[in-house]
Amino acid sequence: MLGSGILGRTSLWLYCLLVFAFLVLPIFVIVPLSFSAGAFLHFPLPGLSLRWYERLVEHEIWRVTLKNSLIVGAIATVLATGLGTLAAMGLARARFPGKGLLMALMLAPMIVPVIIVAIGAYFFYRPLGLTGSLWGLAIAHAVLGAPFVLVTVSATLGALDPSLVRAAQGLGASPWVAFRKVTLPIIAPGVVSGALFAFVASFDEVVVALFLTGPAQRTLPRQMFDGIREEISPEILAAATVLVALAVALLVVAELLRRRSARLRGLAP
Amino acid sequence: MATTAVAELRRALRRAERRKNLGGLVLALPLTAFLVVFFLLPILGMLAKAVDNHELATAMPRSAEVLRSWRGLGPPPEPVVAIVASELREAHVRRQSALVAQRLNREQAGWRNLILSTARRLPESPQGSWLETLVALDPQWGEPAIWAGLRRAAQPWTDIFLLAAVDLQRDDHDAIVRVPPDQAIYLDILVRTFWISGLVTLFCLILGYPLAYLLASLPERWANPLLILVLLPFWTSLLVRTAAWIVLLQREGVVNDFLLRAGLLAEPVALVFNRTGVLVAMTHVLLPFMVLPLYSVMRGIPLSLTRAALSLGATPFSAFRKVYLPLSMPGVAAGCLLVFILALGYYITPALVGGAADQMISYFVAFFTLQTANWGMAAALATLLLLATLLLYWLYARLVGIERLRLG
Repeated sequence: MLGSGILGRTSLWLYCLLVFAFLVLPIFVIVPLSFSAGAFLHFPLPGLSLRWYERLVEHEIWRVTLKNSLIVGAIATVLATGLGTLAAMGLARARFPGKGLLMALMLAPMIVPVIIVAIGAYFFYRPLGLTGSLWGLAIAHAVLGAPFVLVTVSATLGALDPSLVRAAQGLGASPWVAFRKVTLPIIAPGVVSGALFAFVASFDEVVVALFLTGPAQRTLPRQMFDGIREEISPEILAAATVLVALAVALLVVAELLRRRSARLRGLAP
Repeated sequence: MATTAVAELRRALRRAERRKNLGGLVLALPLTAFLVVFFLLPILGMLAKAVDNHELATAMPRSAEVLRSWRGLGPPPEPVVAIVASELREAHVRRQSALVAQRLNREQAGWRNLILSTARRLPESPQGSWLETLVALDPQWGEPAIWAGLRRAAQPWTDIFLLAAVDLQRDDHDAIVRVPPDQAIYLDILVRTFWISGLVTLFCLILGYPLAYLLASLPERWANPLLILVLLPFWTSLLVRTAAWIVLLQREGVVNDFLLRAGLLAEPVALVFNRTGVLVAMTHVLLPFMVLPLYSVMRGIPLSLTRAALSLGATPFSAFRKVYLPLSMPGVAAGCLLVFILALGYYITPALVGGAADQMISYFVAFFTLQTANWGMAAALATLLLLATLLLYWLYARLVGIERLRLG
């Protein structure tokens, strides 16, 4: 087998280390630059300072856009998680003709280019009064986020032993109680990680935001996009660093959830 | 006695099954309805915009009707010309001639002026025939081209935008012909979109296959933390990653700096705001989508198979080529299709790290919608992009299976 000899193994590791560096280093290069005392994006740094982070706090635009993004993200997450979880439970129980097609429709927002969702919404939401409102953007983001919830919840449901629910009902639990006491705790990690995905999908989304928002609904990614297009300043990199920290935190939560879910399903000790 | 009990049981089972199915459908209904209203209908509306031809029928309804039933080349008979001329004048009075002018300008640049200036100067009653009056205002009215254009604008729907999206147009006889070479730009954009997506897919495969292979060969307690390194870029904002590449690759950026100091370069090279930047940044962004499906397929390949091949005398290379590689093909297919599909629709990354010649089809959809308000053209390009995506999505469903589709 390839990579079984010492030489093969070493070169495989070396190659993969380079690929890992390619994946991860660019993200962390911006972190030290955001703590620079100077205004240029160069190494070595002229000195360390928190001045760019102070700018983040001082400039009102960051506060406003962050607030908008959090509102949109929250609405989108609630909608996507509720609808996606229900649908996952429904699809797990039911067998009917055209189920494959329905699945294809429900997963399509992951695959259809965002620009198409964006111009579709741009034309369609206007007569409904949904452009220039945070609600319109949140609804569009819920469309994009729902498939993630559907996928993660379906995965945990697929591993759920149906005899557990039947046992609960056999012992006299109503369907609702059986759901709350048996199904929900087991699928909860899937629901929460689906919700995390849906939130990140909204919090990072800029294309639909370009089409549906006016100056008053400007979101954080939209602000970042304009900043990057004009000129990247250490201030933008400070904002980016905050987002990287957030990504690491979310990744840790998602990983813990995955482990918990595996443990609950008896896949790991 | 026994048979009736069995039949009874069977009926009860079927009833329970039906109830379960019905319950499932009810649970799936809210998301279905939500997606139909806020996802499917907007896309259908967008498709309708690609063939929308309402302008002439709105501003000059009687003209649209008579032009539709008129066949032939050159200026139409006088009664038709009379209706068109008098309605054009009325449209000017009602301030709707601009709508017609804009629509006709899509047929041929310059017709906006022809329509607007004619509409402004048309008298209430003709001097001689209506046709003579029009020709006196502008000789173009004596030529067949503008009348063929008006007839196309009078149809209930139009293929002008869809044809233009692949560099085709209709001539005065309504036959489909190529547009003049100096106006042919869209096929280039289409080819460029596919080319960039293909290259990015190839780079992702070259980088991702060995990585997934290594991860799959490690025990899980080693593979999992390393997998997190693959997932980190995936959870990081796309804008952050794109900004990082600009910082790294720009003229005074970290990479140029390093290469200059190491003496590998005499002067900085342009690595960003060109094709190189687009390929590097897109490969970085899409690599996790290649590694994850590859990894999940490779995890399932039993090591005993390649060991058997080796013990039967295969060289390490042929054991890999004849046993491992074919078994990993489902992962290769899944990863490549996924990366290619996602790459086709990319907008943000090329817009930020590419030059003018590196913009993909999505960029032009946004450009026509937001900058020039040429919605027909935007919708036509989006329709092409959607068709390509759906075709590949169908292929994915056939080859890989829709239940394996996950982005994370």
